[in-house]
Amino acid sequence: MSYHNPYTPPRKSATFDDYTLAEIRRAAATGIYDIRGAGTKRKVPHFDDLLFLGASISRYPLEGYREKCDTTVVLGSRFAKKPITLKTPITIAGMSFGALSGNAKEALGRGATIAGTSTTTGDGGMTDEERGHSQTLVYQYLPSRYGMNPKDLRRADAIEVVVGQGAKPGGGGMLLGQKISDRVANMRNLPKGIDQRSACRHPDWTGPDDLEIKILELREITDWEKPIYVKVGGARPYYDTALAVKAGADVVVLDGMQGGTAATQDVFIENVGMPTLACIRPAVQALQDLGMHRKVQLIISGGVRSGADVAKALALGADAVAIGTAALVAIGDNDPHWEEEYQKLGTTAGAYDDWHEGKDPAGITTQDPELMKRLDPIAAGRRLANYLKVMTLEAQTIARACGKNHLHNLEPEDLVALTLEASAMAQVPLAGTSWIPGKGGF
Amino acid sequence: MDISVNRESLETMRVFDLATTPLRELNSALHAIAPGTNDTNFEVVNPRGSHAVAVGIDQPVTVEVRGSVGYYCAGMNDGGTVTVHGSAGPGVAENMMSGTVVIEGDASQYAGATGRGGLLVIKGNAASRCGISMKGIDIVVHGSIGHMSAFMGQSGHLVVLGDAGDALGDSLYEAKLFVRGEVKSLGADCIEKELRPEHLEKLAELLEKAGVTDVRPTEFKRYGSARKLYNFNIDNAEAY
Repeated sequence: MSYHNPYTPPRKSATFDDYTLAEIRRAAATGIYDIRGAGTKRKVPHFDDLLFLGASISRYPLEGYREKCDTTVVLGSRFAKKPITLKTPITIAGMSFGALSGNAKEALGRGATIAGTSTTTGDGGMTDEERGHSQTLVYQYLPSRYGMNPKDLRRADAIEVVVGQGAKPGGGGMLLGQKISDRVANMRNLPKGIDQRSACRHPDWTGPDDLEIKILELREITDWEKPIYVKVGGARPYYDTALAVKAGADVVVLDGMQGGTAATQDVFIENVGMPTLACIRPAVQALQDLGMHRKVQLIISGGVRSGADVAKALALGADAVAIGTAALVAIGDNDPHWEEEYQKLGTTAGAYDDWHEGKDPAGITTQDPELMKRLDPIAAGRRLANYLKVMTLEAQTIARACGKNHLHNLEPEDLVALTLEASAMAQVPLAGTSWIPGKGGF
Repeated sequence: MDISVNRESLETMRVFDLATTPLRELNSALHAIAPGTNDTNFEVVNPRGSHAVAVGIDQPVTVEVRGSVGYYCAGMNDGGTVTVHGSAGPGVAENMMSGTVVIEGDASQYAGATGRGGLLVIKGNAASRCGISMKGIDIVVHGSIGHMSAFMGQSGHLVVLGDAGDALGDSLYEAKLFVRGEVKSLGADCIEKELRPEHLEKLAELLEKAGVTDVRPTEFKRYGSARKLYNFNIDNAEAY
């Protein structure tokens, strides 16, 4: 009997997989790293890895549609003369005019206002449209100070000092020349068509002691009226939260690595910072250790998509959440309606992330007048409002099932984890056990 | 707060003694000035290095500060004239929109940071990062400035009668820099440029506004952006 070697299928490397090989070839061909928008695309432990327990014999639920489950949140009650009150704890995260079209910013303002929540400016200043369409507007104070001026500080409802963001803790930004229209250039005091760098550090302060004085200055300029937030990327959440509190923040905004960016190096997005889930408990612990939990409010962002995510973030101790990418999707980003055009750009709906190139078929991440027209800000604002209301209702549904008459009454005890990683990060027991890794001696 | 008479103008001078009066009272009073009022003269005594003195001014008031101040004096000034009869801590006149700020002594780091307009005059020396990210402000320093000054400067003018430290004008955009003395080193993308008649004219104007009478514009050298880093190119990566 003759013997033939059986067929052995070609084996690709797990280390050098197809995507990695393509990236090596792309870098070799172009001589530039990949820049893209959005947050991390890698799979990381997330809210999906947590479950609510719901009511049982020892916990009784509230009647859906009958018994009230409050969703109101007050932000800035520590020092500000005029704290803000929102109907829902789901806020809209900072996104710049420049990165986004004027219509997109208007849509975000409209949607947030209908839903009774706040929206936030970004790196590029405040536009009249945005102010006009946003009942509650948070004004970001960023390292670049593009568009920063005292009049806008005073017409804001709150001020957010941005130290970092989840997609790139420690990184600045770059708005490429092709998105610099006359108006964007004028707002940023720079010539049209050149790349506009956003610095990674503030120009006039370094460290927590300086930050305390900077916050004092902002309070003095605005006569102590405005809540002052400090936003940090998810890197050292315990210490960053503690230092923000020490510096005098009314609100801490903590953004995990799933949080989006308008344009950053892919290597940065995928390799720097921690998942949102890993950030919450250390931040809450810092607030509790300082006796400031619920006195300094904590806003969590980075990958919040549903009312379940909202409820989980709040159960872990957050006071509110912020959404960015999800809000863009709600107003039309990556919609399959534009699939043919996404294909022409070499991508597909759901994967389009070249937000910095200004060619967005949905008319959102662009300054091209023709593309911008595609987004009706009134209809898009309505979609965002619907989405925010659905998320709020979802979170209430879960809270009622856990017997809570306010979303803030959700607590870690209501949760279990599906994986060891999520159990360790969220510090809730692995489902079916009473075990939390790192707790109880092993 | 005391009220006294300014003998020169015969207008009311409102005096705030920061040894006994909270800072908040001073800044609130400055913000409460109604447009068109004559009640615009303020004096601050015993500042004792206080931070955020006379910040957020939005009317054409005059503030005389008798002593040295801490961080962010005259921050975001929009139309006021603030004179510090002493030295200033970090970030003096940061993000100034318009008006004039004069420091009779020295200024610490980040003087005039991100300023968009107005004139900042420092009669002594300024430390590092003077004019960082400047966006239209004019700064005249009678003495010398420290390292990394005018970093990422976008527009406006920085005039230095003395010397400049390391990495002047690093990553500069369109701000124009004039230095009369030595420049220790230039930052990435900053080069010496021709001093043309329009620059001499602007220099003469700024020197006059800053009270400099014994220095000629032709004594300065001009520095500006080579504009090679305006659009990203991988072959320029070593410059960053």
